[in-house]
Amino acid sequence: MRVSTINRLLRNYGPAALLVLLVLVVWEAAVRLGHFPPFILPAPSSVWTALVEQRSLLFGLHLPVTLQETLLGFAASVVCGTLLGVSMHLSRPLAKAVYPLLIVSQTVPLIALSPIFIMWFGYTLGGKVAVVFLTAFFPVVVGTYDGLHKSGEQYRELLLTLGANRRQLLVKIQIPLALPAFFSGLKLSIVYCVIGATIGEWLGGSKGLGYYSRRMAGNLQSAEMFAAVCLLSALGIMLFLCIIVLEKILLKKRGFHR
Amino acid sequence: MLLSITDLQYSFAAAHSQPVFSKLSMEASQGEFISLVGASGCGKSTLFKIIAGLLEPASGNIRISGLPSLNAASRLGKIGYMPQQDLLLPWRTVLDNCLLPWELKRDCSKEDAVQQIRGLLHRFGLAGTEAAYPQELSGGMRQRVALLRTLAAGNDLLLLDEPFGALDAITKRELHRWLLELWGGLGKTVLFITHDLEEALLLSDRIYLMTGGSCERLQEMTVDLPRPRHYQLNYQPQFIALREELERRLHESINH
Repeated sequence: MRVSTINRLLRNYGPAALLVLLVLVVWEAAVRLGHFPPFILPAPSSVWTALVEQRSLLFGLHLPVTLQETLLGFAASVVCGTLLGVSMHLSRPLAKAVYPLLIVSQTVPLIALSPIFIMWFGYTLGGKVAVVFLTAFFPVVVGTYDGLHKSGEQYRELLLTLGANRRQLLVKIQIPLALPAFFSGLKLSIVYCVIGATIGEWLGGSKGLGYYSRRMAGNLQSAEMFAAVCLLSALGIMLFLCIIVLEKILLKKRGFHR
Repeated sequence: MLLSITDLQYSFAAAHSQPVFSKLSMEASQGEFISLVGASGCGKSTLFKIIAGLLEPASGNIRISGLPSLNAASRLGKIGYMPQQDLLLPWRTVLDNCLLPWELKRDCSKEDAVQQIRGLLHRFGLAGTEAAYPQELSGGMRQRVALLRTLAAGNDLLLLDEPFGALDAITKRELHRWLLELWGGLGKTVLFITHDLEEALLLSDRIYLMTGGSCERLQEMTVDLPRPRHYQLNYQPQFIALREELERRLHESINH
């Protein structure tokens, strides 16, 4: 059984891993052969060295700060987004008023708005959390609202004939049926959160992986900058996987075999 | 009369369109099994939704146990309704699906409700499946669970909208056999939509022929076959004669 699991993983992810390995080897070789100066493109090995050398700064100071901003912004997005999504579902006028605005708001380049948010909420944690919230709020609202809105008219009718009231409709069928769409929203949102935190830190502040990578870029310390970028990617992937695991556990318990 | 409908009319929201049906009258007395047959689109399912309280008719009266029912919403929760799809909640076990009507009403203790469902599961030949999820069951079993859930709501009148329509012929026969054995003891009144004439004759006391549109009066046919019925009744000469008559009358009503 062990062997078959390994085989399956190899079949699914083997080609991608092989490609990454190939790119790393070519990259390393190109730098070592002197095709690129190290401040333009540091070799993977020197990125690794930088990561190890700077580990206490990266893991001890900057990563926790970025993680904190991401998680706070995500929590605020999930709470507010879910509340708004549910309210829109319960009140048709509210949905009619808010939904078009939400869609339009997505056409505004968020990066352009971020400086305003920093101006309003400051260079401290608050400003960063606000930028994270701005980028991550929308997918949660849309996931919640669409999930509730599009789920099972036939189930609704059946429960009505069983004498269900609005609250019971929501709790017994609409929320369970909305969970897959809700989780799709969360998965999008958590990835946006890391991006939002990075943008927030670029704009100002003195801590965080985004701040660190920008400062290192300014100093032409490309290896350190790449190390921070790798950590940011890893952070995004980890958080994304956390949501997937949570979804698997919750939906499996609810009998959605997928 | 448990159910009596007079001069019912219904049109879809897009007004000035022809009504789905008008001047529709019918009645059902306690314990009767009545089938509605007719071509697709003649408004059988719409009629069921009106009786169940999901749709408001344009005009007409509906009386339940002699009492006039003022609006659709007042009928919700008082009439059992089973649509064609089983609509079992995939995240609930068989037992939890059947407990749904109780959860919405909470009219007795949970122990009593579970006890009652267990008894019904046993009678329905579903003992041992209570912890299973719907997707682990066969089509025929899911349909039985859905019927059980409808029964568990405790209403006297049940509306079954093509409950066996999506099943293969063999499973359907099995369920006919099962239902005929079980039915006598349940003491419920049933309105049953079907496209299967043999099914209608085998199960019903009376059959209404629906044509829809501007029909003046529902045609009606009494199935004069003794009960209890055996599921192989459909090979008897008197059954075949009734089937011929039903088919002829349906044909006439459509080409009328």
